[in-house]
Amino acid sequence: MTKTLLQLLIFMCSFSLFAQDYFPSNTGVKANNSNYTAFTNATIHVSPTETLNNATLLIKDGKVVKVGTAINIPKNTTKIDLTGKRIYPSFIDLYTTFGVKKPERGGTGPRYGAGRSGFYWNDHIMPEQDVMASFTYDSKTASQMHQLGFGVVNTHLPDGIARGTGALIALNNDADNSKRVIDGETTQHFSFTKSVTSRQAYPSSIMGSMALLRQMYNDASWYANDNADTKDLALEALNGNKKLLQIFEAGSRANLMRADKVGDDSNVQYTIVGGGDEYERINEVKRTNATIILPINFRLAYDVDNALLASTLSLSDMRAWNQEPHNPRLLAENAINFTLTTHGLKSKKSFKSNLMKAIESGLSKQKALEALTTVPAKLLGKSDVLGTLKSGSYANFLITSGDVFDKKTTLFENWVQGTPHTINALNVRDIDGDYTFKLAGNDYKLSISGSTSKPNAKIESGTNSLGTKINYADDWVNLTFKTADSLKKEYIRVVANTASGNGLNGKAILPNGNELTFYASKTQNVADIKIIDKNDKPSKINDVFMSPITYPNLAFGFNTKPQSETLLFKNATVWTNESDGILENTDVLIKDGKIAKIGKDLFSKNATVIDATGKHITAGIIDEHSHIAAASINEGGHNSSAEVTIEDVIDDEDIDIYRNLAGGVTSIQILHGSANPIGGRSAIIKLKWGEAADDLVYANSPKFIKFALGENVKQSRSSRNERFPQSRMGVEQVFMDYFTRAKAYNDAKKSGKPYRKDAEMEVLTEILNKERFISCHSYVQSEINMLMKVAEKFNFNINTFTHILEGYKVADKMKDHGVGGSTFSDWWAYKYEVNDAIPYNAAIMHNAGVVVAINSDDAEMSRRLNQEAAKSIKYGGVSEEDALKFVTLNPAKLLHLDDRVGSLKVGKDADVVLWSDHPLSIYAKAEKTIIEGVTYFDIEKDKQMRDSIKKEKSELVRLMLQDKNKGLKTQPIKKKEKELLHCDSMDNEHSTHNHN
Amino acid sequence: MKLLNKINSVLFLLCISLSFAQQTPAPEQTKDFAIVGATVHVGNGDVIENSIIVVSNGKITTIGLADSTPVTKQAIDIIDAKGKHVYPGFIVSNGTLGLVEVDAVKASNDLSEMGTFNPHVRSIIAYNAESKVIESMRPNGVLLGQVVPRGGRITGTSSIVQYDAWNWEDAAIKTDDGIHINWPNGFSRGRWWLGEDPSLKPNKDYSKQVKELTDYFNEAKSHNNGEKKETNLPYEAMAGLFNGSKHLYINAGDEKGITDAVNFAKSQGVSKVTIVGGYQASKVANLLKQNNVSVMLQRVHTRPELEDDDYDYTFKQAKALVDAGVLVALEPSGQMERMNSRNLPFYAGTTVAYGLTNEQALQLITSNAAKIMGIDDMYGTLEKGKSATLFISEGDALDMRTNLVTHAFIDGRSLSLESHQTTLWKRYAEKYGQN
Repeated sequence: MTKTLLQLLIFMCSFSLFAQDYFPSNTGVKANNSNYTAFTNATIHVSPTETLNNATLLIKDGKVVKVGTAINIPKNTTKIDLTGKRIYPSFIDLYTTFGVKKPERGGTGPRYGAGRSGFYWNDHIMPEQDVMASFTYDSKTASQMHQLGFGVVNTHLPDGIARGTGALIALNNDADNSKRVIDGETTQHFSFTKSVTSRQAYPSSIMGSMALLRQMYNDASWYANDNADTKDLALEALNGNKKLLQIFEAGSRANLMRADKVGDDSNVQYTIVGGGDEYERINEVKRTNATIILPINFRLAYDVDNALLASTLSLSDMRAWNQEPHNPRLLAENAINFTLTTHGLKSKKSFKSNLMKAIESGLSKQKALEALTTVPAKLLGKSDVLGTLKSGSYANFLITSGDVFDKKTTLFENWVQGTPHTINALNVRDIDGDYTFKLAGNDYKLSISGSTSKPNAKIESGTNSLGTKINYADDWVNLTFKTADSLKKEYIRVVANTASGNGLNGKAILPNGNELTFYASKTQNVADIKIIDKNDKPSKINDVFMSPITYPNLAFGFNTKPQSETLLFKNATVWTNESDGILENTDVLIKDGKIAKIGKDLFSKNATVIDATGKHITAGIIDEHSHIAAASINEGGHNSSAEVTIEDVIDDEDIDIYRNLAGGVTSIQILHGSANPIGGRSAIIKLKWGEAADDLVYANSPKFIKFALGENVKQSRSSRNERFPQSRMGVEQVFMDYFTRAKAYNDAKKSGKPYRKDAEMEVLTEILNKERFISCHSYVQSEINMLMKVAEKFNFNINTFTHILEGYKVADKMKDHGVGGSTFSDWWAYKYEVNDAIPYNAAIMHNAGVVVAINSDDAEMSRRLNQEAAKSIKYGGVSEEDALKFVTLNPAKLLHLDDRVGSLKVGKDADVVLWSDHPLSIYAKAEKTIIEGVTYFDIEKDKQMRDSIKKEKSELVRLMLQDKNKGLKTQPIKKKEKELLHCDSMDNEHSTHNHN
Repeated sequence: MKLLNKINSVLFLLCISLSFAQQTPAPEQTKDFAIVGATVHVGNGDVIENSIIVVSNGKITTIGLADSTPVTKQAIDIIDAKGKHVYPGFIVSNGTLGLVEVDAVKASNDLSEMGTFNPHVRSIIAYNAESKVIESMRPNGVLLGQVVPRGGRITGTSSIVQYDAWNWEDAAIKTDDGIHINWPNGFSRGRWWLGEDPSLKPNKDYSKQVKELTDYFNEAKSHNNGEKKETNLPYEAMAGLFNGSKHLYINAGDEKGITDAVNFAKSQGVSKVTIVGGYQASKVANLLKQNNVSVMLQRVHTRPELEDDDYDYTFKQAKALVDAGVLVALEPSGQMERMNSRNLPFYAGTTVAYGLTNEQALQLITSNAAKIMGIDDMYGTLEKGKSATLFISEGDALDMRTNLVTHAFIDGRSLSLESHQTTLWKRYAEKYGQN
């Protein structure tokens, strides 16, 4: 409390000191300063593209009056001679939390309703937040920013999904907010991260945040058109902030793409805070057209001294260390607009060294300067007053000893709004050089270096080097050095003045207290000595080893994306999955991504011929139920989350994609999890390893959604029971309620009257209209039966029951309903509702006429799905041909893809696997896995990649050791891990997961 | 498939009398029988084509070539196994069957005890011989296994059981065979809920944790060397480690942890040592071999731990260790390990696809496991004088495509191959007229 009072007093104090014109003054007479200040004889970088030599900068009242080589200087001008020095416009950081304290966490445990009223229904949408309400000028941080060259920062409150408005602050330590606040409303801020102040559970995933943002924009335009009959201050603010710069904190390349996608859907072009890993998919990043606010928090080298620990380092982490500094250059080379920020740096000080690293890695100095001045100024719509030193601009500039992007350059002063902030004294007399002096009959040699920044002195007497300390400020030098007698710890102290410019004049005080006159005469200027510094050479990028950026950029990625080929497999056993059955000694021709021919003695001129004697060819395996290649799986914040889609969160860098290919898998359905009765929409993808997330999705993909029943949705294993439903009885009512509402929604939509567009209802309407299909997580017969009845009431069919471990108990009803069953081969005993799960399930359903698939729900099992299918031979006597269909043609049917994949038929996609052995045998290995004619897995190529991974890692270890030996900082190694996602996996959860 | 249907209908008839309840354990063998004509996989690497095995009083009295072995006894049942395969009963190393019934139901879970050092905690008394999960092992040829407590630094004392019993006493083949340790992890993660970095970083407490364990062993040794004026249950449970009567099983995965663990055991004077898990054991195979340390290798069907690891890393480790001369068995621990223990033969099958021979792979789940656990005098191979714990399969039992068990025996007792699962299968197959 006292602290607050004190702050208030200080605040009021400063208020009266820097009062605005119309404020009464009670502290003295009004004394306005109307003088000019001129900086003369300087090299002035008026803008990144315009440099004037021997020029003058004239400022007054905090603004630039004129800049040029021949300008008239008024009489009431104070002149500052900057001969040999340079002037740059000071830097602008668009993305800071300057002067803002992060709000504190508001309790734990989820709540399902909003904590506010009169605002949006979701607490994490806070566009009404005004950063100025929580802003306190922080002169300490300002001083740190001054040292880095920044003069102006944009600040915001970093909390919530919609975070409200940011403000533009001049880092003028000598003024008050009335002057410093350049603009109190410059930007509107967004992120995918929830507010820490609210416990509202929704959204609990990135895809939920994306859906929420889209709905927010829908609702905002509904509200703007006066359709709402209640007040919503959040939406009002959102609409009001429309014209500001819209900034989205993404924090990674993948999230940058996601943010831009949300923006595209809502007609907003965000300026996006990136992650520094944009280089990994530069083309896709370029296509967003977004300007990027780029952090340069390059990681330190890992400490690889301990070879055993270091062996756990992943190539992707090692590469990131090597490649990150090239990111700014690569963005510039690809003409992607970006500005640099100190955001994300653990220590602000590292901004400068990282910037130098980026420049050493090839970022041009002009681009660097633009990224720090004109680019942010333009984004803010303030090019007339910020970013350059043209007339009318704020007098925000840096005075340096040389090139601002040179390591050796000293930054003297950082002027903000005409106020100087001294970093290093400007008029320090350079006293570097060699001197000689005499004391008490002894001859001494003194050499001084670094006098304008960090002075250093050495004193020698004869052959003895004497421990010396120097202090130098304001023309006064203090020296303390040891006497020549090394046995005694005695010191001689010197105090001398340098103002004469002709040696050092003063006195020396001997250990015995006697004072002697001191005069050191200069023998040589340092400037006269030619310094040959080997390390001073500007390093070229060619000299630096840069790891290849592969697709995707991790181990087993491709150096160049593989292309579709014409392939002719000779003499194989071909499992057609068609009426032809299994064909012996048969050839398969693949051309233009399709299966072109199947038959004996085929020939094709341009084909690469592969001898498949003794080998088997099947259609690629299709996994109906997968959770690999996704950044999040569950949106459990509501009992329905039809509005979310896994397509938003595909992870194209998941090594499990590659491992699945090695198991012959070519297509998967990434299903939402089972946290809630109505889950999210699926992503149905092909495992085109190396392609970007959006390019993995099937063209004209069938539309699917995940539903779930039973223990997971009723939260049986949670200690909390706050969310409906808590029983199977309630689960039915959730469906009844939502479909009733969807029907009403559909009617309202058709009526032609205005209606509030609701993404969730839109999706449910698609189900009613038979445009979207349900794959429902299910276990016990009662609930399976229930959902079929619900669907029948609303005149549609359930498409697939997944898991469906008691499907065998209602196989006849399933057959009648027309629903398929996608099940596990032999899983059971992992929870109560699988007590009656039997491995004969697939066989019984199949025999009853149900379309049966065997799925994985597991990144390990999915790479052996052919073996899982083979278990239905053992358990229930299914024929081998039918067993293979359980993981190929049948899932294709269930996914409405059997016209494109699932069997070997001329004209279908060439998604095929070459097996070393009988494909249902445990001894079979996938040797080639091909999708649309492109070989994404090749067992021979895999071996080569293992070798090159080893080589590349050795090289990177060598470079890291080099860094450490140079004395550079390192960080402890990190063991990269990917969580195994299952049905019940939640974002931000680090505990171990239970199955399904 | 004709043959299969026949088997099915035989099984079906059998099951009418055996529906609903837990399968009744088979009675003692009263009549001698012979299995004739099969290919016998002895379990030690040998194969006998066209064989005969004669079983009397639960033991193998004759094993050899059918043609050259006259069967003299009159009252003997003949099982014609021409074209079929006979294997020793498969053995689950480091198993937990019988300690948990349903993973997600806490009330059914007796897997681990609280506390850090629990050498005195004995798994055998919690072993539920009537677990429905256990009866589902037998139709795959999995007939024996170790019952191992989990949790803490010293998890407790294991025993070895056979999978067809009334209670834990008659299930037990060898009680209190060994003590199990979780070796300190080389990596630890920050507590994310306290805002710490949750990623895996080198464990700063590693040395401290190793020292704690060392101190505990030293104290136990001192106690057992002394007069034991006061009883100390945990220390006294460890006596067997120092006199060679108990086996020490150390769960360790990384190269450094394994090396430290082996040196630790050596310095403690423990003679029987096995590394359990052993993800990187092949990197220190020489050390293991030199010190006579065996490995119970982690579930073969596991994803590689590190992103850069070869996709088939876990598949090929058995080969690497066997080639280096290390004694290797396979263990199933991991998610859903109990129900998955019936896939043990297929874990072995995978090691064949990745380098081992069929007979080598078979050893991993028969003779090698028996040797490590010290039950090889009676189990693990099909030899004269040893227990008739074996099964007959229609085909190669290491491949799910051909693993079709028609007969199984433990100590000569003819086992029911029925289970809760086959009961339901038949009930519903019959409902739909699928038989």
